[in-house]
Amino acid sequence: MNIYEEEWRQFKGTEWKESIDVAKFIEENYQEYTGEDTFLAGPSEKTKKVWSICEDLLRQELEKGVLDIEVNRVSGINNFEPGYIDKESEVIVGLQTDAPLKRIVNPYGGMRMVEQALGAYGYTLNPDIKKHFTTYRRTHNDGVFAAYPSDVRRARHNALLTGLPDAYGRGRIIGDYRRIALYGIDYLVEKKQEDLKALESLDLTEYIIRLREEINLQILALQDMKAMAASYGFDISKPAKTAQEAIQWTYFGYLAAIKENNGAAMSLGRTSTFLDIYMERDFCEGTLTEEQAQELIDQFIIKLRMARHLRTPEYNELFAGDPTWVTESIGGMLENGHSLVTKNSYRYLHTLINLSSAPEPNMTILWSDHLPENFKKYCAKISILTDSIQYENDEVMRPLHGSDYAIACCVSAMTVGKQMQFFGARCNLAKALLYAINGGCDERTGDVVVEGFEKMTDDVLDYDKVMTAYDSMLERVSKTYVDAMNIIHYMHDKYAYEAGQMALHDTDPEKLMAFGIAGFSVAVDSLSAIKYATVRPIRDENGIAIDFDIEGDFPKYGNDDDRVDQIAVDLAQLFHQKLSAHPLYKGARATLSILTITSNVVYGKKTGATPDGREAGVPFAPGANPMHGRDESGAIASLNSVAKIPYANCCEDGISNTFSIVPDALGHTEEERIDNLVHLMDGYFTRGAQHLNVNVLNRETLLDAMEHPDNYPTLTIRISGYAVRFNRLSKEQQLEVINRTFHGSI
Amino acid sequence: MQTGYIDSIETMGLVDGPGIRMVVFLKGCQLRCLYCHNPETWDRVHSLLTTSEDIAFRVKRNLSYYQNGGITFSGGEPLLQPEFLIDCLKRCKELGVHTALDTAGVGIGQYEEILSYTDLVILDIKAIREEDYQKITGHAMAEFEKFKEVLVRLQKPVWIRQVIVPGMNDTEENILELKEYIKQFPKVEKVELLPYHLLGVEKYHRLHIPYPLEGVPAMAEDKVQKLTELLKR
Repeated sequence: MNIYEEEWRQFKGTEWKESIDVAKFIEENYQEYTGEDTFLAGPSEKTKKVWSICEDLLRQELEKGVLDIEVNRVSGINNFEPGYIDKESEVIVGLQTDAPLKRIVNPYGGMRMVEQALGAYGYTLNPDIKKHFTTYRRTHNDGVFAAYPSDVRRARHNALLTGLPDAYGRGRIIGDYRRIALYGIDYLVEKKQEDLKALESLDLTEYIIRLREEINLQILALQDMKAMAASYGFDISKPAKTAQEAIQWTYFGYLAAIKENNGAAMSLGRTSTFLDIYMERDFCEGTLTEEQAQELIDQFIIKLRMARHLRTPEYNELFAGDPTWVTESIGGMLENGHSLVTKNSYRYLHTLINLSSAPEPNMTILWSDHLPENFKKYCAKISILTDSIQYENDEVMRPLHGSDYAIACCVSAMTVGKQMQFFGARCNLAKALLYAINGGCDERTGDVVVEGFEKMTDDVLDYDKVMTAYDSMLERVSKTYVDAMNIIHYMHDKYAYEAGQMALHDTDPEKLMAFGIAGFSVAVDSLSAIKYATVRPIRDENGIAIDFDIEGDFPKYGNDDDRVDQIAVDLAQLFHQKLSAHPLYKGARATLSILTITSNVVYGKKTGATPDGREAGVPFAPGANPMHGRDESGAIASLNSVAKIPYANCCEDGISNTFSIVPDALGHTEEERIDNLVHLMDGYFTRGAQHLNVNVLNRETLLDAMEHPDNYPTLTIRISGYAVRFNRLSKEQQLEVINRTFHGSI
Repeated sequence: MQTGYIDSIETMGLVDGPGIRMVVFLKGCQLRCLYCHNPETWDRVHSLLTTSEDIAFRVKRNLSYYQNGGITFSGGEPLLQPEFLIDCLKRCKELGVHTALDTAGVGIGQYEEILSYTDLVILDIKAIREEDYQKITGHAMAEFEKFKEVLVRLQKPVWIRQVIVPGMNDTEENILELKEYIKQFPKVEKVELLPYHLLGVEKYHRLHIPYPLEGVPAMAEDKVQKLTELLKR
């Protein structure tokens, strides 16, 4: 049914024309590039003009906190007039609202968050909107709190569970925005209508009834996208005919997502190689030059850098630097041994040079030791120059997700358009261990958070006894956690359904429920201390352990010592097992991450002293990192410990590791540094590790940047799954980053 | 299996030989170089006792990292524990790993056997004249000459290093002489002039050892770069 002869001219293959299959289209049409970076072009005059306006606006935004907020409209795919930065110079258009960096109010998640955020910046919501959302309809937040049991409320209040998406958008859903470019809206609507029709033959259970309503919402959303694009003067009902249209159509899909939703992480997917196919076709037809190709990508990336969501100051304390996690996954392999690296993979990374380094979009390299050597070296070079990219192991993710998956947020892999996830923040396992010791009482508030446990009264903690109590505690905690998640996602679907993003998925895709762990290395080292040293709790008058006296040494996670690393492996598996035992909303499968972003600081603040010798209030290590300064056997030993945490069938939502090394330790010359970084990554990922954030910088640079932030406006560093401008971290977070292990000494 | 005295192991050394390497710092050194920044490795006090088997085990465990790099024995002076060193080198060669010695060339013999298992020697040439050598190291040059003779005869690849100290050997004349001197090594892959730095001073204070170069400033890096240019011409 080749109905789009002009749009699909020169493209090979037929399967992808008959049903939606972007992966197949890419496989049959892309051209692998194994050469060097010498073809790349600098920024065009138009790009320079647009970016300099943006830089000015970004400076103003940094001073004020937010540049502006639209208070007379609410979120929606087609609820805003078209907006421009500098219309004459923009080759890719579209903003969330009618002006750059003007933020959207999204009351569907909850009114309280909206009002707090507006209040913090001195804005007031249009009273009609407020009335509508408080009188005539309910929000996600209203729904959740109407259903939360007391266990969940106590766990939230005492920071056993933190960052749950119960008052803001859950995010982490990646629409397959490429579908709009390849098929056009009309084709997508047609397919959705076929799916709807097919459901009529089934028994109309509650699940199917809801699905039918969702599909209809999706169709409406697709039509809204068409109207929104039309307001910018584009007809996206048909597929894209040129590279410029392909980028523009794809971006309209993403733009619809960030107009409609304010999810914590709103990732882009895997677009570079897909779009390269259109560029190669234009090159072939003589209608595009390399300078123009780079201009298109530079301007697309500028748009992604300008995406914003309205957050409260408390949110910023958890996730610093106004992150949006516009994660783009680049590279990776096909099963046939060829890589998916194209010239466009280079062009995306090259924006970090043309437009200077920046945390967004969150450039993520899907690494394999089989990637072209030239590309590996180019990535390493950009890492060393910008500290702005992260690496994830294609060899562990591809077997689970096929070759067309993308990363949401930091480390969460999903097959694009075929899997979605229910994001679930994280549970503080270090605190849960204290609860096992303290009979379910919180060590800070004294509240009984988990009922039915006895306080331990032993003079010296006994490992087996503690493990038995911890096991029972995790059993109870996992039920509470699952209850919270099931409620949150039920209500999110009901009150804040992401119709636009789900329209760009297969109907009824596979669902993953993404649970998370915080305080991982603290819990592990605490158990090791109890097992190998003598740990005496120091109790207050209520019998709650508020400190620990530790006698003797114990093996610490981060030194490639199996005695403690096995405890780490067992703990991750145990928690995953317990979570998996419960029925999950919409038949989802439980996945688990060890990732904290910057929330490790707040988590630490809210957790008392722990049996590993960590004092009350001290930040946790981020993600799956060993605790600062405890990895004493060099960088590889530290990496080895993390690489032992199982990915498949356990931590399939990602295991985040952040690695900082001083430039002089990485090599004497630029060439040496690049080679060493490549081999480091090959070594780490060959061991089955999943993720690595790489920072190549000196501690002194960060100390100086703390003193003189104005001298380092674009200093970007990677923290547990994302990148952030150093000067947008709080003092506390900056110090925590500085205190981390920097590998390399003289 | 042989036992050895070591100060520490760095699992990810990136500057002592090509690629990513495990660096084993052996204890003990007979030289007392004025600018030594590792005085804690002079004697065997506070040593870690380890075995050649353990070293090989660690290399094997991290083989995925060391495939393009290897292992470097540094110190202290690795040549002072020949039995241990030879057994370690042998075992590493059995694993197919590239081996390097970071040495001042002053040991106690068995040089031929040691070098037969060594792929690269990073040779620290303290000075090329007897009087300068003695002044810097407090030791006669004879033992170094012995090692050098074997090294030249076996035609091993060599990286040459020299620490450049202000007022001591930072003249063009010195560097040109060095350039001439190293022509006797058949396979010089690299020459590195290392600017003298002050990072070791703190260690001396901690160990209550008087610092021999008290008051001498750190070597300016740009000057060392200029001197390095001379070597390339």
